[in-house]
Amino acid sequence: MSNNDLKGNGVNVARRRFLADTLRTAVGVGLVAVTLGVYQRQARALPATAIRPPGVTDEKSFQSACIRCGLCVRDCPYDTLKLAELGDDVALGTPYFEARDVPCEMCDDIPCVKACPTGALNPALKEINEARMGLAVVVDQEACIAFQGLRCEVCFNVCPVRGKAISLDMQHNPRSGKHALFIPVVHSSDCTGCGKCEKACILEEAAIKVFPVALAKGMLGRHYRLGWEQKAEAGKALVTPDVPHQYNLPEGVSYEHGGRGLITGERPLPPTPPVAPEAPLSPFSSNPLDTLNRKGGL
Amino acid sequence: MEPGGRPGAEVIAQKGWFYAHRYLILRRISQLAILGLFLVGPLFGIWLVKGNLASSLTLDVLPLSDPLVLLQVFAAGHVPETAALLGGLIVLVFYLIVGGRVYCSWVCPVNIVTDFAEWLRRRLGIKGSAHFSDKTRYWLLGAILLVAAVTGSVAWELINPVSMVYRGLVFGMGLAWGIVAAVFLLDLFVGRRAWCGHLCPVGAFYGMLGEAAVLRVSAVRREQCDDCMDCFAICPEHQVIKPALKGADKGIGPVITSGHCTNCGRCIDVCARDVFAFSTRFSNNSRQAVSGVNQKSEVSS
Repeated sequence: MSNNDLKGNGVNVARRRFLADTLRTAVGVGLVAVTLGVYQRQARALPATAIRPPGVTDEKSFQSACIRCGLCVRDCPYDTLKLAELGDDVALGTPYFEARDVPCEMCDDIPCVKACPTGALNPALKEINEARMGLAVVVDQEACIAFQGLRCEVCFNVCPVRGKAISLDMQHNPRSGKHALFIPVVHSSDCTGCGKCEKACILEEAAIKVFPVALAKGMLGRHYRLGWEQKAEAGKALVTPDVPHQYNLPEGVSYEHGGRGLITGERPLPPTPPVAPEAPLSPFSSNPLDTLNRKGGL
Repeated sequence: MEPGGRPGAEVIAQKGWFYAHRYLILRRISQLAILGLFLVGPLFGIWLVKGNLASSLTLDVLPLSDPLVLLQVFAAGHVPETAALLGGLIVLVFYLIVGGRVYCSWVCPVNIVTDFAEWLRRRLGIKGSAHFSDKTRYWLLGAILLVAAVTGSVAWELINPVSMVYRGLVFGMGLAWGIVAAVFLLDLFVGRRAWCGHLCPVGAFYGMLGEAAVLRVSAVRREQCDDCMDCFAICPEHQVIKPALKGADKGIGPVITSGHCTNCGRCIDVCARDVFAFSTRFSNNSRQAVSGVNQKSEVSS
């Protein structure tokens, strides 16, 4: 073997080793990167009970901005927020709270948002009632005692946006035939997702729960239009014109939809637009303590 | 160093254990003191520093943020608020002066774990070591920024052992002890200095800052070197020593200019000949003239 051959082989071996090394490193790092990417996708799936602090609109943009420093946790005066530890289902190191555990007290000055150095908690949020941390849902109508006709209304009374985020719908109680059901109904227009209703629910397992908005909220198809809204907007019916219903009634007798019913002995009136019945007096005091401290059954 | 002996045995014999570990002790004090500043808040309610190494607020005035974490946020497509940007800038300037990997040796808590693994490796005589390319950390650094850009998320912080340990200590560990154990076992059994010296992308990033750093270790009295190899044995990035220590003939100055040098000062600790000292990048040539050696290299350079 000549010296030249030796040298050539040496270069070849070195080059081969370099290429093999580079390839090995690239493949190894590539595998790590792909695994990390897949793991990241999974980490974006927020468990239903994990609620983000105020100022988070969607999980994806939050995870592009949160650096997991915990400054929001430190400035939370009620120890509501915590950072996800390794082993939790929430993306590692990110802040969240569980409403049944400690709900958000909705501080007026929103210290958690002020503390955030990166804007992961959007500093544009100035009014805590505008926060949409989650959305309360009456998840179990079988367990909720209001559906059994029992007076509870605790969720309604503890709600910081009282009367707006949760209202009580009075319905007929078909079991007794003579009582009312006061059904809690959550309104997404006002619910901040603070979780005080879930925390306060008197059941062993809460019948009203706060979920991340993306989980809780449905959406009408974008093409869908509600006929009566369109009609109100346009000032007239857009599809078929409204024709007053023709009743086949004896002479001198008419029927009125507005509430009078069958009318006899009068000249038939032109049909009047239905008048909204006067809102019944609310059975609920404006002071939540009145109902919360109420003694005895109703 | 005697064959099989411990690095620094000579200086311990001459000047005592404390002298031979002075920078190590200072580094441990520094690492634990910084951790202590973060911990007195949650433990005793004395809020000097809030947050963790990703971002913190000292005395409700001084924001500090990790520039690498912010780089990931940028890569993920979010522009951080002023507090984080200002904090990142302060940290960036600080490490550009004192040496990027001062973060590794004087602040990072994982360093204590990997130093312990290395010490145990030496004491137990564990020889075998998997080969990781020195460049792996740069590949990983590129990969984590790429993953951040592709997923639009600060993904690396899901598994970053460095931030995980710190956050764990300050906010609650969960299963993060497993990650600490994994790094320890990796360094103990799989490869010498595998994590800090070859893989860690955080170290790679700070190493890049170190390429321009002012504060540097210098082999100021390299003519006194008696080739005992103690500094090579103790150095976590021992490839950085040779050019400075043995480069006199090639006209290379005595300052260790590589960004990989963590300014840990262990070479200063273990050298019985006082070859090394802290110095600055700018004294790379003047020192030679002062010490009156390397005339040849000065002429040639």
